[in-house]
Amino acid sequence: MIQFIYLVPLFPLLGFLINGFGWRTIPKNLGGIIGSTSVLASFVVSLLIFFEVKNGANATVTLFDFIQSGKLSIPLAFRIDSLSSIFLLIITGIGFLIHVYSTSYMHEDEGMVKYFAYLNLFVFSMLLLVLGANYLVMYMGWEGVGLCSYLLIGFWYKNNDFSSAGRKAFVMNRIGDLGFLVGMLLILFNFGTLTYTDFFGQLNNGLEPVRNSVYNWIAICLFIGAVGKSAQIPLFTWLPDAMAGPTPVSALIHAATMVTAGVYMIARSSLLYNLAPNALQIVGWTGAATAFLAATIAIKQYDIKKVLAYSTVSQLGFMFMALGMGAYTTAVFHVMTHAFFKALLFLGSGSVIHTMGGEQDVRKMGGLGKHMRTTQITFLIGCLAIAGIPFFSGFFSKDEILASTFAQNKSIYAIGIVSAMMTAFYMFRLYTLTFTGKFRGTHEQEHHLHESPSAITIPLVLLAVLSVIGGYVGLPAVITEHHTLSQFLSSSVTNGLTEHLTHNTEWMLIGISSFVAIAFSIYGYMANRQPNFVPNTGLAKVLENKWYVDELYDAIVVRPINQLSAFLDRFVERMGIDGFVNGVGKSVRWGSDRMRLLQTGQVGFYIFIMVLGMTILFALGFFWIG
Amino acid sequence: MPIQYYLFLSFALFSIGIMGALMRRNAIIIFMCIELMLNAVNLLLVAFSKLYNDASSQIFVFFIMVVAAAEVAVGLAVIVMMYRRVHSVDINILNRLKH
Amino acid sequence: MDLFEILFWILTIGAISSALGVILSRNPINSVICLIATFFAISGHYVLLNAQFLAVVNIIVYAGAIMVLFLFVIMLMNLNADVEPQKSRLVQFAGIISGGILFLVILAALRDSKINGTLEKSANSVGLIENLGKTLFQNYVLPFEISSVLFLSAMIGAMVIGKKEPSNDLPERSPNQN
Repeated sequence: MIQFIYLVPLFPLLGFLINGFGWRTIPKNLGGIIGSTSVLASFVVSLLIFFEVKNGANATVTLFDFIQSGKLSIPLAFRIDSLSSIFLLIITGIGFLIHVYSTSYMHEDEGMVKYFAYLNLFVFSMLLLVLGANYLVMYMGWEGVGLCSYLLIGFWYKNNDFSSAGRKAFVMNRIGDLGFLVGMLLILFNFGTLTYTDFFGQLNNGLEPVRNSVYNWIAICLFIGAVGKSAQIPLFTWLPDAMAGPTPVSALIHAATMVTAGVYMIARSSLLYNLAPNALQIVGWTGAATAFLAATIAIKQYDIKKVLAYSTVSQLGFMFMALGMGAYTTAVFHVMTHAFFKALLFLGSGSVIHTMGGEQDVRKMGGLGKHMRTTQITFLIGCLAIAGIPFFSGFFSKDEILASTFAQNKSIYAIGIVSAMMTAFYMFRLYTLTFTGKFRGTHEQEHHLHESPSAITIPLVLLAVLSVIGGYVGLPAVITEHHTLSQFLSSSVTNGLTEHLTHNTEWMLIGISSFVAIAFSIYGYMANRQPNFVPNTGLAKVLENKWYVDELYDAIVVRPINQLSAFLDRFVERMGIDGFVNGVGKSVRWGSDRMRLLQTGQVGFYIFIMVLGMTILFALGFFWIG
Repeated sequence: MPIQYYLFLSFALFSIGIMGALMRRNAIIIFMCIELMLNAVNLLLVAFSKLYNDASSQIFVFFIMVVAAAEVAVGLAVIVMMYRRVHSVDINILNRLKH
Repeated sequence: MDLFEILFWILTIGAISSALGVILSRNPINSVICLIATFFAISGHYVLLNAQFLAVVNIIVYAGAIMVLFLFVIMLMNLNADVEPQKSRLVQFAGIISGGILFLVILAALRDSKINGTLEKSANSVGLIENLGKTLFQNYVLPFEISSVLFLSAMIGAMVIGKKEPSNDLPERSPNQN
């Protein structure tokens, strides 16, 4: 089966081509079926491949030579091992659920077939990203998902704010992509290859005479790419704005899959990062800072999707924390559980928005639980999972992250535990405001409240089940020595040196995080039972305005650039370039006005000039030049 | 007999041709001066052919003659046409053509 | 001075003086006659240089065909010294000066050149028709063929240019005929 790996990205590509070329003619239902079926087919193939990989198979399948120049050879090849097969399952599995969800959610939209084309293109690019056997194929997928993200954020392009949000995401991503590109070129320059196996082989035998700083530089450049894609400080502001897109898009791209591409890349390059301790420090601290900052902002947001967006940023920060500790498998574990519960939460919020007729402000909600029981329960499960309540999936992965930080860097651990605290608080604040209490919206909205159709609830239920049981693939060491996921991944990801904690310490850490999660969940619930929305003051106002980061960027980057370009436009463009171009034209015209007079029509004069010129050329040629 | 003598002779003929082309206004005379220049070149080629014992340059003389003959045919036709139009072969009258 | 050199000097003086005659004589007919004399002198040089075939061709083609064409045209136009246009003294002077300068420049260049060699007086067979024919049809077949095309086009061109133009007094088309 493993040699048929190309089928996995092929199906979504076909779906994209069919829907993309026929989006004017294909009926909506058919478009949805084509989109969903193609991803389902990929999922089936991925599942079969996963079982083969589980039995120890791994392979590099070369489709054709992509770039062949001198000693450089970059094939279009797919690498199938434990890491990529896990991601395959996450992408196609959750992708399929979200496609099914979208068939109902987007049914009223006239661009539904186009939407599915984009979504399929996204799945294709994402699969390319995780399947690539070298950095170049990964980069192709990397750019592809960036493009799809842009297209889908600005899907309702008639709204100016939405399309500028898309632009913002694209530009921010480009900044990161430049880092990735530079890192890639550094690898090519220093090691002469982009293929993982060759590159890591050279790293492993350690014969390559490369200075340590080179490892750090490559690692940092790649990390800059990850910062852009995975919305870390300082490039995180695009992700909350990206919620302008349709909600299933937020669930698929901006929560479950695309934003974890950075984590995937660093986990894939684990051998490189193990050699670059300074870069790992930067990764860890960036993750910690992002987790904390985003969590503080999420506390004071009123837009249901904005809260989830900031919580995504915060959770991504957790993953980078784990990466920074060299605990790559832990990060991948959290990617997986986070994909389950965050997709669930987004889809739940989509269900809420759907029933509220497009209203996203939690101040206008409340008491929705009575009308939509399935959504309420699944959303609650998602909240429990993300808050880290014991026995839900998020608990296991988050606890593992915190344990790894505790072992290596106590200050990052402190930041992590505070962020986890805030996570529990704001998630239950969101839940309480949305589903309990009295309804605060208009009468008309209240009249329309209803449970969503089954195409929406079934994915919710499935994701809820996964959110509950997803954590049991990675039970902590104190319960069992047999960490399924990390053993599975060990064939393709090499964790850094981690100090092993004693069982007592680990029990203590589990106790602390469980206590924090439960306590702050309850606090979040209690504190928002009787909400009164007074305008925020002081620190709360700063938090509501997202620490004024957007304004800061506006002041230090956007406006100076605008001024610079206005200056360049006025002086360099208009006066310099235009002046030069027009000046050339004018001087030629002026000169030809004068030169015209030389054309007398006297043939004798022409001959005379010719002879004169000939003489001069002869003289020059013979006496000065020759 | 040094080759320089022939070089001198053909340069002299060539320069006389040029002088004629510059001095005269009669288009036919100018034409003849051009023929003179061509012949000067031919003479040079033949002299070098003798110097290097190589037949190729004599072949080039043939080609020059061919081209000259073709040129004369067309050129004289043009001059006849011009004479028919303006009843003169004075090249200074040719600037009327631009009107 | 042997016979070769005597002949060389005679022919050289003849060529240059008759060439001067071409450009100095006022009557075009005299110019043509002088040019023919020049060509004969040059043909004599060809003989001296063992290019017998070329000498014959030169006389036939240049002195015979081309110059007769010139004469024919001149007589057709009835040109003579009276109608011969003359340039002003100044222009003539300028022409002589510039031509002389060119001559001097080339001569000066020649002085520095590395072309050196003496022409042997003994006869060789390079210029014989057999040798030339072999060279022409072995190495220069393609240019030879192309020159035939050139001739054809020159012939057609001369006829097209020389024939009487169609008169322009065709009845004008009235606009409403379309």
